[in-house]
Amino acid sequence: MLILDCPYCGVRAEETELHAGGEAHLKRFGPGSSDEDFHDYLFMRENPRGVHFERWRHVSGCGKWFHAARCTQTLEVFGTYSAQTTEPPQQITDAISAKRPGWTWRGLSD
Amino acid sequence: MSEAVSALNGASFAGLARVEETGLGGMITLRGDFASAAFRAAVKTATGGDLPDTRRIAFGDRGAVAWMSPDELLLLVDYAEAAAVTASLARDLAGEHHMAVNVSDARACFTVNGASAREVIAKVAPVDLAPGQFAPGDFRRTRFAQVAGAFWLDEADVFHIVCFRSVAAYMFNLLSTAAHPQARVGVYS
Ligand SMILES: [Zn+2]
Repeated sequence: MLILDCPYCGVRAEETELHAGGEAHLKRFGPGSSDEDFHDYLFMRENPRGVHFERWRHVSGCGKWFHAARCTQTLEVFGTYSAQTTEPPQQITDAISAKRPGWTWRGLSD
Repeated sequence: MSEAVSALNGASFAGLARVEETGLGGMITLRGDFASAAFRAAVKTATGGDLPDTRRIAFGDRGAVAWMSPDELLLLVDYAEAAAVTASLARDLAGEHHMAVNVSDARACFTVNGASAREVIAKVAPVDLAPGQFAPGDFRRTRFAQVAGAFWLDEADVFHIVCFRSVAAYMFNLLSTAAHPQARVGVYS
């Protein structure tokens, strides 16, 4: 069972009160972009064993979207943070570096 | 004029706790900027209450104010007053970014009362209901088994639940089953 702290209402919510929203920090390619960029935006996703960044929604609670950084292998949660950002904040990447030295994820790394 | 009735006409069940549909309640969904002085003043005018802290409910002389999310409140007022209060909120907040909607007829209200009330709710909602963890004045949006709902605890240790009217029968059956006399767990006693 995954347990995440909602950064908006402060509830320590278990998975059944949340809705998974897929990979975090996608850059949207829409009208005017190349076919290749649009294809990658639509279909290409990270599927790591280890550090991962995701979107979640506190669907049965305050209703807000937020971000979570966690380990897909152990379910360890490194932290949750605001949806109003295009990259994880320093405190989250620091927390990951402390636990998983040398981690990488898309363009991000230790 | 038609006579408004609640979804279950005041159905009740007595078991480990007493479950009761409490009839029509006035409810207004109000969204806006909590930091705005005009918004806070409008809430005060509507209910007599101040803005509650996060996940709390505040009471005024004409109603209550529940924290739903960082930009959403649920105002609880007299059913008969809800339409008029909604209209005056719209007047008070003209020019402010906001939304005020009378949702009274979209909702059902229940109480769960008695020594095992905490246990009855804990069976069906993923919330820590230990006495020190959920106190009078606390308010929580969550799910009750398969349906969305919100609840709070009043000073008399009575739980109040609101949910969508369309799932009122489900909620009543769910709570009644959890309160079945032979379904006692005794986790909080
Ligand atoms: Zn939340």
